[in-house]
Amino acid sequence: MSIDTKKMTVAQAADALAAGTCTAAELCQSYLNRVKSVDGQVKAFLKIDEADIMARAGESDKRRAAGRPLSPYDGIPIGIKDCIVTQGQTCSCASKILEPVVSPYDSTVVARLKAKGFIPTGRLNMDEFAMGSSCENSAFQKTANPWDLNCVPGGSSGGSAASVAASEVPVSLGSDTGGSIRQPAAFCGIVGLKPTYGRVSRYGLVAFASSLDQIGPMAHDVLDAAIILDTIGGHDPKDSTSLPSPCQGFADAVRASGNETLKGLKIGLPKEYFNGEGLTPSVKQAIDQAVETVKKLGAETVEVSLPHAKYAIATYYIIATAEASANLARFDGIRYGARAESPDLIQTYFKSRGKGFGDEVKRRILLGTYVLSSGYYDAYYLRAQKVRTLIRQDFENAGTRCDVILTPVTPTTAFKFGEKSDPLQMYLADIFTIALNLSGNCGISVPAGICPESGLPVGVQFIAPAMQEEKLLKVARIFELNRPVREFFPDL
Amino acid sequence: MGANSSIDVGYIAGLARIELDPADKERLQHDMEAIIGYIEQLSELNVDGIEPTAHAVPMTNVWREDRAGMPLGREAMLANAPATIDGELLKVPQVLPGEGMA
Repeated sequence: MSIDTKKMTVAQAADALAAGTCTAAELCQSYLNRVKSVDGQVKAFLKIDEADIMARAGESDKRRAAGRPLSPYDGIPIGIKDCIVTQGQTCSCASKILEPVVSPYDSTVVARLKAKGFIPTGRLNMDEFAMGSSCENSAFQKTANPWDLNCVPGGSSGGSAASVAASEVPVSLGSDTGGSIRQPAAFCGIVGLKPTYGRVSRYGLVAFASSLDQIGPMAHDVLDAAIILDTIGGHDPKDSTSLPSPCQGFADAVRASGNETLKGLKIGLPKEYFNGEGLTPSVKQAIDQAVETVKKLGAETVEVSLPHAKYAIATYYIIATAEASANLARFDGIRYGARAESPDLIQTYFKSRGKGFGDEVKRRILLGTYVLSSGYYDAYYLRAQKVRTLIRQDFENAGTRCDVILTPVTPTTAFKFGEKSDPLQMYLADIFTIALNLSGNCGISVPAGICPESGLPVGVQFIAPAMQEEKLLKVARIFELNRPVREFFPDL
Repeated sequence: MGANSSIDVGYIAGLARIELDPADKERLQHDMEAIIGYIEQLSELNVDGIEPTAHAVPMTNVWREDRAGMPLGREAMLANAPATIDGELLKVPQVLPGEGMA
């Protein structure tokens, strides 16, 4: 029997498995066939271990035949970003310095997915060490946007977004430090959720900026994102920043919200984000339409202000690079990874790091080292931490006037390869996503419309206070079921 | 901040233990000056009396039970080492000056 998995969601795959319409082996084989036919163009996967996937699918089918599936999702593949470790598989972070590394253990998120029968599928391309907004900083390959192969998929979780958009996997994991889940989700016409900081364990996520990094799902729809959050979230004793609160029941809440409206809900529209420069007319049009949709659904919109929003990028590039310079100090060619041989130890560090890191990673390590260096700490790092407080307070104040905030995800739709060659211009593309990582709010990117000129998708971002994923996901789901454009799938 | 801040990329790269070739250095010097010029905008803000935020969700004194567990083991940990001695020790370049070891 063969099954068509193009456009299939996790929830649909679970139904098909439960109904016996297909086996896990058939499901996985269909996805692998799709990878074989399109990934030569999309280049989302750095590695994919077909034998391992089919062996796990076979085990899953045995469990199901015996009436003991691990969960309704037993046998469903999930793509993994290359900075999240899976036992026995490489974890390069798309960097030469980690190219030889094979992980001896599972990250908590992968262990939890396996415990429910999900099958970790391949290693997905990314900007090196998650530093970038286009996936062009990968040391190995450039992933293409399935909607237009001349355009970038966004980044840093570009492989995670492109693989889902191209139906190479039904769902994937990404990580978001300044928008790295939400921006590529918007560029590729899928849903991307950045949970509240601390919701999802970072154990086994290669650290970029520890106070900002968060793992989250990238999916065809909001229900699938909720299913994955239920699976991977919740307290983990192996991550001291993981929140003790339970992280369950989101999929049930999303399923129950199917026929609901947004009556009684207040949605804040930050004036700084709507009047800002650089918001292209096609994005603005799609966002205005999204505002009309939520109003038609009964929501009341109110103008809110985030007066320090314009400082978010500068603040981020101090804090994130400072943390990165410390986190990436461990990659020195001594205990694991690529070593550039030299007769003395110091030169081994210099050469291994000089050869092993790409340009953007070097830039950020240098910037982080600079802002932490003697004489500059107070002027840059300490000041940025204080501005971070102001940004957090902006969101707290806005939160007293509304339930959720609605904003664009990106100022433009997906851009062409090489279009943003200036690093600073690339940083400015994250203007609408970056503040949430500083404040700790949760946020979700949902496809809202299609740009009439380019045919590329546009995303809308909903933002909720910390720990309010249930409200966030329900609003996103109700929007998703009522938006003017119903389906978002590229022709590929 | 402001006019006083200048960056010597060679010096910073030394602190960060990254070898840069001359072409890299020149390019990075230019990039860094532009980025630092941009982040200087934070000096416009008055931050007197504002408490710094180190973490979005501050948690302190996070303890776990002190229980014996099974670590990954030497073989697993050394499997990724660039060089070992008999698969039992990490082999590193000479640390102290003087005659080399055999």
